Amino acid sequence: MSHRLRVNPITCEAHGMCAELLPECISLDEWGYPVIDEQPVPDALVDHARRAALACPTFALLLERDRVRG
Amino acid sequence: MSESPATTTEAPAIAQEHTAAPLPRLLLGVQSHEGPLGLEAHLAVHGPLPSAHERRRRRRRDGANALIEEVERAGLRGRGGAAFPTARKMRAVAERGRRAVVVANAAEGEPASLKDRTLLETAPHLVLDGGILAAQAVGAQELILCVCESALASYESLACAIEERSTMQTSDPSPRLHLTTVPAGYVTGQESALVSRLNGGVAKPTFTPPMPFEAGVGHRPTLLDNVETLAHVALIARHGADWFRRLGTPSQPGSTLVTLAGPVAYPGVYEIEHGASLASLIEAGGGTTARPRAVLLGGYGGAWVGGEHLGSLSLSNEHLAPHGASLGAGVVLLLSEHACPVAETARAARWLADESAGQCGPCVHGLDAIAATVQEIAGGVAQADATQRIAQLAALTRGRGACRHPDGAVKFVLSAAETFAEELADHARHGRCEACAQPGELPLPVRAASQVAAGVGRPVQPARPGRRLP
Amino acid sequence: MSPTFAAAGGSAYWYLTRSTGAMALLLLTLAIAIGVVDVKRWSTARWPRFVVDSLHRNVSLLAMVFLSLHILTAVLDSFASIPLIDAFVPFVGSYRPFWLGLGAVSFDLLLAVTITSLLRQRIGYASWRAIHWLTYASWPIALLHGLGTGSDVTSAWLLALSLACVAMVAGAVLVRVLTGPERTRLRGATLGGAGLFAVFLLLWLPSGPLGSEWARRSGTPTSLLAHSKTVAKSGSGR
Repeated sequence: MSHRLRVNPITCEAHGMCAELLPECISLDEWGYPVIDEQPVPDALVDHARRAALACPTFALLLERDRVRG
Repeated sequence: MSESPATTTEAPAIAQEHTAAPLPRLLLGVQSHEGPLGLEAHLAVHGPLPSAHERRRRRRRDGANALIEEVERAGLRGRGGAAFPTARKMRAVAERGRRAVVVANAAEGEPASLKDRTLLETAPHLVLDGGILAAQAVGAQELILCVCESALASYESLACAIEERSTMQTSDPSPRLHLTTVPAGYVTGQESALVSRLNGGVAKPTFTPPMPFEAGVGHRPTLLDNVETLAHVALIARHGADWFRRLGTPSQPGSTLVTLAGPVAYPGVYEIEHGASLASLIEAGGGTTARPRAVLLGGYGGAWVGGEHLGSLSLSNEHLAPHGASLGAGVVLLLSEHACPVAETARAARWLADESAGQCGPCVHGLDAIAATVQEIAGGVAQADATQRIAQLAALTRGRGACRHPDGAVKFVLSAAETFAEELADHARHGRCEACAQPGELPLPVRAASQVAAGVGRPVQPARPGRRLP
Repeated sequence: MSPTFAAAGGSAYWYLTRSTGAMALLLLTLAIAIGVVDVKRWSTARWPRFVVDSLHRNVSLLAMVFLSLHILTAVLDSFASIPLIDAFVPFVGSYRPFWLGLGAVSFDLLLAVTITSLLRQRIGYASWRAIHWLTYASWPIALLHGLGTGSDVTSAWLLALSLACVAMVAGAVLVRVLTGPERTRLRGATLGGAGLFAVFLLLWLPSGPLGSEWARRSGTPTSLLAHSKTVAKSGSGR
């Protein structure tokens, strides 16, 4: 089962902690907002991804299980 | 044939194609009347609405929803700009199994589009028919009609039509009809923004999922359709899918309303079949009054096609795709050779940036930066790598908002950069041209001061380097 | 252990409750200061954002641990009869009811902040943020509680500690208010309020806790007053 990261752009306030905690998958654009890698999160990094999602002050970062799109 | 010429800022003129009986369909009978078709006239023109029982009998089916199947066979796609298959949407709502809500969207935030207003001001009963039929098909007991608060004529027309209906007897269960207004704005008509507004919040897009068909108005499954789409549903219910497919192309069947604007004799709303040539539309519009430099298709989230292609363009998404364009909300906006395309693009880019709901950082900052860069190019004060900067900003902005507004704005600017590459390079080198001083041709509404004060626009402050403020 | 110590005039619990109380105030002060650094988004390469944020959360939790110990030891101490309820319901106790009650008020506010912070994901960002503002209210109340209830208030170490905490919070509030994007009216009101509080402290301390017979005036039950006087004379711990 793979995990994907998604950001809620409305609640995101560009704190940038996610990029610090998961630089392999998240980088910041010139305004401080996260650019998320579209690929599924590698299994080895899932714990880090979970930590990054919990660290987000506004809970804008979401770690989701891959759903079969209907 | 057509009425006296009118500019896009006045009441639209209604006209029809120079072909025989197949058209008009939506606008049938409209010419011979002033004002909207009343209930009696509507029934005289289109015939009575077949009852649900009658429709089931006709299709010789039990259980399965006859209307949804008919709409599916007809291949009807949404007329709000996204061209989503209508039957699929209806089915998704019907399958939720819970009491649904139907919303008829006439917000029409696209400034260059007048078709929804026109439809409501001429054939409101067709829209009501479609809405009621859709409600019956998905098991909804409420039909909410949303009109832009500045479209007074549309509101009155619908109000009268609803009043007339209240005296009508029907054997089928009829949904409750509600008429409401939404504030003016480019993004207020977006699906989730409309749902948010109807739920008592602001008319700004929300984060999805959940999608409106899952949880919309009052957290109930909501079918949200453009009013023109519902009008087509009303005709498909009467005449069937085969009839619908007699016009148009196999991949894009039926007729559609387009707003023809710019240097033509009779700008206004026209009903065409998909695949009709642009040339025939212009001809129906009384021909051009100035040489067109290019045409904007779809709206301010659409794309430009250069003047050299105008003679060969066919108005269907299939034919427009190689040019990077689509019909969108049916906007066909010609730009005359007198206008400066660079100045116009700069104006439009700034307007698009100002129309951001102001919720998502990449949209607010990205569109602002793109607009600033285009304005610099237009003024001749751009950096050497300005066009690369636009491409870079486009990649940063696209797809990173909660709605498709930044995507559309980016598409518009990139398409302008490609179509008017020469003029852009010229401006970058030499600054403003003579045509820059002309008043703008592209219709772009100015925001009322009260709306700016209310925070509709860009409340998010641009970030300063080193201190990232939201 | 405790009966012997009580007879000597200063139980281990009494010392513990004073020291943990002081620690809790210090940690709360630090939490507020780091909180301002956090909300201002100040960070360096060695102190990235997630470290500042984690530090704020952990120092706050540590403050709550010391606060809990402070309450527990106060309840367990047999010198003054302070039932557990006094920690939650203000002003109903018998020992310096008003000043102790302020501690309960402060504790209640901090409980609300802590619980909502632990349940952030459930209640959502907006509600959490609104309640979090209560920390700014809990601090001055805690300080007044410490100055009014504490029996060490005349000692140099406590005064110095209190002064340091006041300076830190004053600095933090100034930074928060002067560099924030909030409206000028709100800023003015906050600065005014902070200034008033400082003036109040300056005027009240000499005539209050640092003045004569504060123990009696602050509401120490008379039965304990005699005892404390005896203790004072024997010179242990004061």
